[in-house]
This record gives sequence, structure tokens and C-alpha cells, in this order.
Amino acid sequence: MSRIGVIIFPGTLDDVDAARAVRHAGAEAVALWHADADLRGVDAVVVPGGFSYGDYLRAGAIARFAPVMGEVVAAAKRGMPVLGICNGFQVLCEAGLLPGALTRNASLHFVCRDQWLRVENTATVWSTRFEPGAEILVPLKSGEGCYVADQHTLDELEGEGRVVFRYLLDSGGGTGSPNGSRNDIAGITDARGRVVGLMPHPEHAIDPLTGPTDDGLGLFLSVLDAVGAAGALAEAVSGR
Amino acid sequence: MARVVVDVMPKPEILDPQGQAVAKALPRLGFEGVTSVRQGKRFELEVDDAVDDATLAKIAETFLANPVIEDWVVRRVEP
Repeated sequence: MSRIGVIIFPGTLDDVDAARAVRHAGAEAVALWHADADLRGVDAVVVPGGFSYGDYLRAGAIARFAPVMGEVVAAAKRGMPVLGICNGFQVLCEAGLLPGALTRNASLHFVCRDQWLRVENTATVWSTRFEPGAEILVPLKSGEGCYVADQHTLDELEGEGRVVFRYLLDSGGGTGSPNGSRNDIAGITDARGRVVGLMPHPEHAIDPLTGPTDDGLGLFLSVLDAVGAAGALAEAVSGR
Repeated sequence: MARVVVDVMPKPEILDPQGQAVAKALPRLGFEGVTSVRQGKRFELEVDDAVDDATLAKIAETFLANPVIEDWVVRRVEP
């Protein structure tokens, strides 16, 4: 069974739902403690939402220096799939695994609602289970979700198809951001399509009993396809 | 020992909704004539004399400020 790590910092809130999403998808969820420089042999890592270190200094600014994050950065550079959700997205930007930054919502209001997104890149390890252009409904809950980057970076992201999720005004409607994000960007990927960050919360939408939809499960099923196939290949090569 | 002040400000091209909210509140409070407000952060550090300017710049650039969205200035001040 594939093992997906879920990091817990002081102030992390959504690790329980992230672990539940991992189990719903059919993998083992492995808790990873911020102070341990050890990924415990996991196949992929989720950096969940919350308010790590109370959002002191800047959201994610202190978490990036946690011992576990040194291991995450090194593993990501070797190609391990990493998903950052909400505060986790902020941490990945601060850590330099993803470009840009998340700033205070343009409205200054904390936004908490079910949010339509369009899946714009179905080639990342976290999005292969979606149809191109699929519209999904997942919760959004953040006060600092305004994605910003300089124009050169935005042009690069758009030119290389690295915008994975974009905010929609409504299902079937045009794009429109609830927080002022440049280009209505809700989530992006790194150049290899293995590190993904997004502000909305797919882990809260994995079961219609407890969320608006089960649309979010697609991210977790996608990565299991990727690490499961890689694991099978490694076993075949090593003759196990 | 020396006192060091690090001022961190949002870059000019970065939207500063907090500063805008302050600017909009001023006329409501009866203060006219303030056309713009930008909100930033000020850090005051007490440092040993052995800490050189290059180290202070590194502290500002890698930790106190996020260079993607913020500018920073380090200055030594009289204690």
C-alpha cells in the first residue's frame, strides 16, 4: 500500500481531513512531525492547511525552516510528489518550491465558501484523474489567498501551462477571483508537474456526506496512480 | 551591542489592501488631505558588534522580508 505523509506544524488544522482523504483514496496516511527531519519512507507528501506558527511574520515564513521541510525540499528536488493546500501552499511558496506569494485578500475579508474551480492542467501527478477543463466544487477558506507574482513569472506559468486550478465565478461561468489573485489563479505547479499548491481545500470535498462534493478526491487518486505505478516499476526492475 | 532597524514594505506594484483601508478610514475620522497610505513592518534588533552588515542583509532578505512581494532596508541606529 502506498504511504502518503501529512505534515503537522504547531498551528496546523487540516491534517486530520488530509489524512482522511488519503485513506479514502486507498493509501496509508503517515503523520510527519515538523521537528523531525524524517519523511518515514513515504511516497508523497501533503502539506495541509491551518495557521502554522500562528502565521507570525508571514504565513508560512517560519514553517519553511522547520526540520521536516528541509527533507521535503530535498525529496521534491528528487521528484517526490508534494501537495500544498492553503497554508501548505503558502509554505511551499516561502520555501521556494513554487514561485510567487500569497498576500492578504484584496477585500480584506476572510473568504469561507464552496468555490468552483476549473482544472486547467491534467498532466501533473496530482491532477491526472480529472478531465481537461473539468469544473470542481471545493471549499475555500482563507484570509491570505491573493496569489501574486511578477509579470515575468505569470507569463512563464501561463506559457508553460502551469496554472493547474483557476477560480470560476460560478459553474459554467467565466473566471473570477474571490481574493484578488492575479489571473484568477487558485493553484499552480512546478516545472515538472510534481509539486502542486492551491488555496482551496480538496481534502474537505472527498465525501458528499461531509463536503459539497467528492471532487477533491481526484487529487489523491491521481497521486496514487503515479506513485503506485512508480512502485510497481521499481519492484519489476529489482526483480522483487 | 548595536541597535538595528529593519523596515519591510510591500513593493510599489503589490496591492496593499490594508494601507488602502487605512487611507479610506481617515476622511471618515475627519482627517483630510492624506492621499495614500502604505502599510509595512518595522523590526528592531539588538545585535552583537560582531554581526556584520552582510549578515544583517541576509537576515532581512531570507527571513524578515519576502523579496517576491516586499522591499527592505537595514540601518544601524544610535542605542
